[in-house]
Amino acid sequence: MGSSVADGAKLQPSRAGSRLCVRCGERKAALKRPKTLEQICRECFYIVFEDEIHQTIVDNSLFKSGERVAIGASGGKDSTVLAYVLSELNRRHNYGLDLFLLSVDEGITGYRDDSLETVKRNEIQYGLPLKIVSYKDLYGWTMDDIVKAIGLKNNCTFCGVFRRQALDRGAALLKADKIVTGHNADDIAETVLLNILRGDIARLSRCTFITTGEDGPIPRCKPFKYTYEKEIVMYAYFKKLDYFSTECIYSPNAYRGFAREFIKDLERMRPRAILDIIKSGENFRISTTTKMPEQGTCERCGYISSQRLCKACVLLDGLNRGLPKLGIGRTKAGDGKEHAKHSERSTSSLQGKHGNFDF
Amino acid sequence: MHLTLEFGGGLELLLKSSTKVHKVEVPPKDGEGKVTMKGLLSWVKANLIKERPEMFVKGDSVRPGVLVLINDCDWELCGGLDAELEEKDVVVFISTLHGG
Repeated sequence: MGSSVADGAKLQPSRAGSRLCVRCGERKAALKRPKTLEQICRECFYIVFEDEIHQTIVDNSLFKSGERVAIGASGGKDSTVLAYVLSELNRRHNYGLDLFLLSVDEGITGYRDDSLETVKRNEIQYGLPLKIVSYKDLYGWTMDDIVKAIGLKNNCTFCGVFRRQALDRGAALLKADKIVTGHNADDIAETVLLNILRGDIARLSRCTFITTGEDGPIPRCKPFKYTYEKEIVMYAYFKKLDYFSTECIYSPNAYRGFAREFIKDLERMRPRAILDIIKSGENFRISTTTKMPEQGTCERCGYISSQRLCKACVLLDGLNRGLPKLGIGRTKAGDGKEHAKHSERSTSSLQGKHGNFDF
Repeated sequence: MHLTLEFGGGLELLLKSSTKVHKVEVPPKDGEGKVTMKGLLSWVKANLIKERPEMFVKGDSVRPGVLVLINDCDWELCGGLDAELEEKDVVVFISTLHGG
């Protein structure tokens, strides 16, 4: 971020509102922490920000020494800060992790090609090797091709389903033991609300887990589960980290947008609301009479699936047969037998539009 | 009053000229000789924003999720909307609302 102009400003005499850091009592406070409402200086902020993430990693035993860890990197603020902080902590606390960046190229001209340039710079800046997997290579379709075929409705469903698998497949290709993603506290609170709004009990019960997929080949974890978005952005700003911030050209994703705005409004009134929503999500007890989808594997590609075919294979089938609506919502297009069965067994957990987040 | 404004996190895309740093001259309100953050926001909305003002302001404040720093200090510590700006202050606006 080009903030060189801001540097000279520190020389100015402090204004009436400026106060001292509550932690060191020496330097001028630079921000108000949403989590604690404490006013702290930049140096103390770096320390508490990094320490809290380290504590989250230790308390939840997120990693074991010697593990090969793929950092899901989009070039955006969260994954950029995650890559930076994780490589710092790995050195500082001798985690013994073999870290690398893993990016997915969805094939969106004017969006992902630009953000991948950011990831390529991060590769050099942080000295982390980078692997890019593309929808084109994995599925034979770019998102640009998919949008041409299906239009701007439902395209986020394709992208969300494909991205989740793409990260897993990329990680498998690189023999990773674990994937970490940059989902932050605000994202998780938002997802708790969305899953309530959709009645998606299966996802509601697992969206607050810090690690998921422990029964699968490559578990995923979220070291920023308790980290506020405001602090991530402040950290990136103060440290002048290089990140990319443009909205995806195909993604209006209005429903999630409303939930996000609601959370941000709550945060302004009472910043703790974000942690409290996560806490509520963690403490839901799902009634034992609720039928949960059973996890199996896809007959075609072997990916985890609660159906005979995984969602990506169903969507891909539709695209390749010129029936792109196949697998979207409750449509029973295509071959009746297989699909009628599909629809009957489908629970809401497999149907919603999941936008950009993979939970 | 001479101010330097910086827009980041995608907010620069809403401006008439999509550069991040803008050196501007903001007139004080009605001979009071003062520019408050509240006054600055309405000036920015009227003079710099080209499209989708709702991504930047909501009511008379910034949209929740937009971070504001005055001389690299969180505006929540400087009085928020009532903060009084001084000559040559640097005000930074960063949107947090884009994916990560």
